Amino acid sequence: MNSATNAKVITLTIDDRSVGAREDQTILQIARENNIHIPTLCFLEGLTPAGACRLCLVEIVGTNRVLPACTTYATEGMVVRTTSPALEAHRRTIIELLFAEGNHVCAVCVSNGNCELQDLATELGVSHITLPYLNPVRPVDASHPRFTLDHNRCVLCARCVRVCDEVEGAHTWDIMGRGVEARIIADLNQPWGEAASCTSCGKCVQVCPTGALVEKGKAVAEMRKRHALPKLITRQQEHGS
Amino acid sequence: MSKTILIDPVTRIEGHSKITITLDDQGSVANARFHVTQFRGFERFCVGRPFEEMPSLTARTCGICPVSHLVASAKAGDMLLAVDIPPAAKLLRRVLNTAQMIQSHALSFFYLSSPDLVLGMDADPKERHILGLAAKHEAVARNGILLRQFGQQLIEDLAGKRIHPAWVVPGGVSRPMTHEQRAKVLEKIPAMLDIARQTLAAYQDWAVKFADEIQYLGQHPSLYMGLVTDDEGLEHYDGHLRIIDADGTVLEPSIPALDYARVIAEQVEPDSYLKSPFYQPRGYPGGMYRVGPLARINIAKKAGTPIADEAFTVFRQLNPQGPVDGTFHYHHARLIEIIFGLEKMKEWFEDPLCVDTRVRAVAAPNNPVGVGISEAPRGTLLHHYEIDGNGLITKVNMIIATGHNNLAMNTGILQAAKQFVRGDKIPEGALNRVEAVIRCFDPCLSCSTHAYGQMPLKIELRAADGTVLDDVMR
Repeated sequence: MNSATNAKVITLTIDDRSVGAREDQTILQIARENNIHIPTLCFLEGLTPAGACRLCLVEIVGTNRVLPACTTYATEGMVVRTTSPALEAHRRTIIELLFAEGNHVCAVCVSNGNCELQDLATELGVSHITLPYLNPVRPVDASHPRFTLDHNRCVLCARCVRVCDEVEGAHTWDIMGRGVEARIIADLNQPWGEAASCTSCGKCVQVCPTGALVEKGKAVAEMRKRHALPKLITRQQEHGS
Repeated sequence: MSKTILIDPVTRIEGHSKITITLDDQGSVANARFHVTQFRGFERFCVGRPFEEMPSLTARTCGICPVSHLVASAKAGDMLLAVDIPPAAKLLRRVLNTAQMIQSHALSFFYLSSPDLVLGMDADPKERHILGLAAKHEAVARNGILLRQFGQQLIEDLAGKRIHPAWVVPGGVSRPMTHEQRAKVLEKIPAMLDIARQTLAAYQDWAVKFADEIQYLGQHPSLYMGLVTDDEGLEHYDGHLRIIDADGTVLEPSIPALDYARVIAEQVEPDSYLKSPFYQPRGYPGGMYRVGPLARINIAKKAGTPIADEAFTVFRQLNPQGPVDGTFHYHHARLIEIIFGLEKMKEWFEDPLCVDTRVRAVAAPNNPVGVGISEAPRGTLLHHYEIDGNGLITKVNMIIATGHNNLAMNTGILQAAKQFVRGDKIPEGALNRVEAVIRCFDPCLSCSTHAYGQMPLKIELRAADGTVLDDVMR
């Protein structure tokens, strides 16, 4: 999107700062260009924004609802607030809901210390979960020879679904079911190791924000991911074309 | 009318328990039972997890000796991978296990038991603790703190943190040791050895005052189990798992890890969450055995390092005919093991292998079953895992040191109660002696039951009809 040249130049206000942008840019893109931090989880540069996690919700003067910065485009004269007591409460509640809904036990997780959910909880000051834990019984799919999918740690950000579809072109991953029953599935709900479409490229593992998709053989706190992978690949593709 | 005395909770131990003492119609002790009142469930909730997580998961069994669980678990993991880990990894695991042994023995001896040993069994309970000890015998308390700090600091430096480090992994360890770490530890060892030697000398003076306790706090025959080296020296990481009888005759020279269930069976009692393992060929409860420092020194023919060998010889003179069977001598054995550990530490740190960078074998799971056996501070620790074709856990069995000692702890408290408890009103010091039996074993109850709940110890004096006549609770 940065390479677009015909888009109109606009001016808007984010957190009392007047900023210049193009009308084909999202609020999140403009905020990042101007070093204004908005917390995100499902968003990953290089992948199509999904607006799924709702952590990047912002307030826009003149509208009576909060909107996700990653999928909302800027308009001329728009006045955006990225932080307020209400927004912070929303964001903390989202993190608490994610923790309460899955089985996130950081101390014994391979991604401990390298987890975006953990980092967000720290950043937003979520020191306790006030909601009742669901303690769901969820399986671990270790059928792939190189990788493991632990549904207990999945936050359904769908980064894996998007990277597999948009970058690798395999579209192995999908989401099946609704609400708390929703699950990542490989092909038509096959064990991952039997998914005919999977190329075993590992991009899904590298973009997963938590310890849900990991490399086998990693012990606790040893899994480090390369979240910049889609950005690097898509830039290279743009550069080459 | 018979009565029951309840000691609830038992204090200055690790975990939660109570003791009931039943008196007969004449007011004499008829029975005494040790109940562990907590339950946890590691063997169930680890099922379904990837086996690579097991060292860190099972380390949560305990905050005192997580390293012991890391080591036994990683050894089970090595067997699942079917790898022989690099020599440097083996050495570094030994270092970490020994650091754990030193800090845990220091905790048991100085923090938990030395108030009894230095201030006396009948000292005022308000002062009979580590702070009371520090007020009157500052040097003793300080030495305990320094020794414990040495072990804990070494664990933190090497493995990243003191409690529940993730450094020990199936296949080896995750990072090599640096030259700086090596130099730092080597520098500290002489001072620690001085402390350990002074304490052993002091203990031998204190012990003279405890002739009755030595005789009645669990002096009885039993079998013993522990690891020994190829040349029958003390061993804490690998080697041969051996069982000897009360006369010192070797019953099982070297039990293969995968074969442990042929030799050890576990009995469940209705009044305790702690299972009672026994030596299968002798049946229950005749197959009672002890593990831990006393057992290890009884099984070995020598320590294997110069200073510890001298102390070992003196110790075995306590009963030149065979194994030393007084439970009270666990304290003495613990001090010898601290000296041995420090001497071994020096040996390992002087070996250039300790900074070798090849410290991890990488493999996929190749065996369906893995059993890891090592010596924890309190005795033999056993982790048994089974996995499916994808490396997910399908079965877990953990036999913890304190469990092995359960039958002996019950025998010991009965003996002590019969000697020191009479009538329906019991002096506090008498009950403290019953508790002291338990402290000799340095039991870790949260480990042994894989449990949750609140800590302490309680003694109950109960009539034959079940009425509680007196209880002591802390």
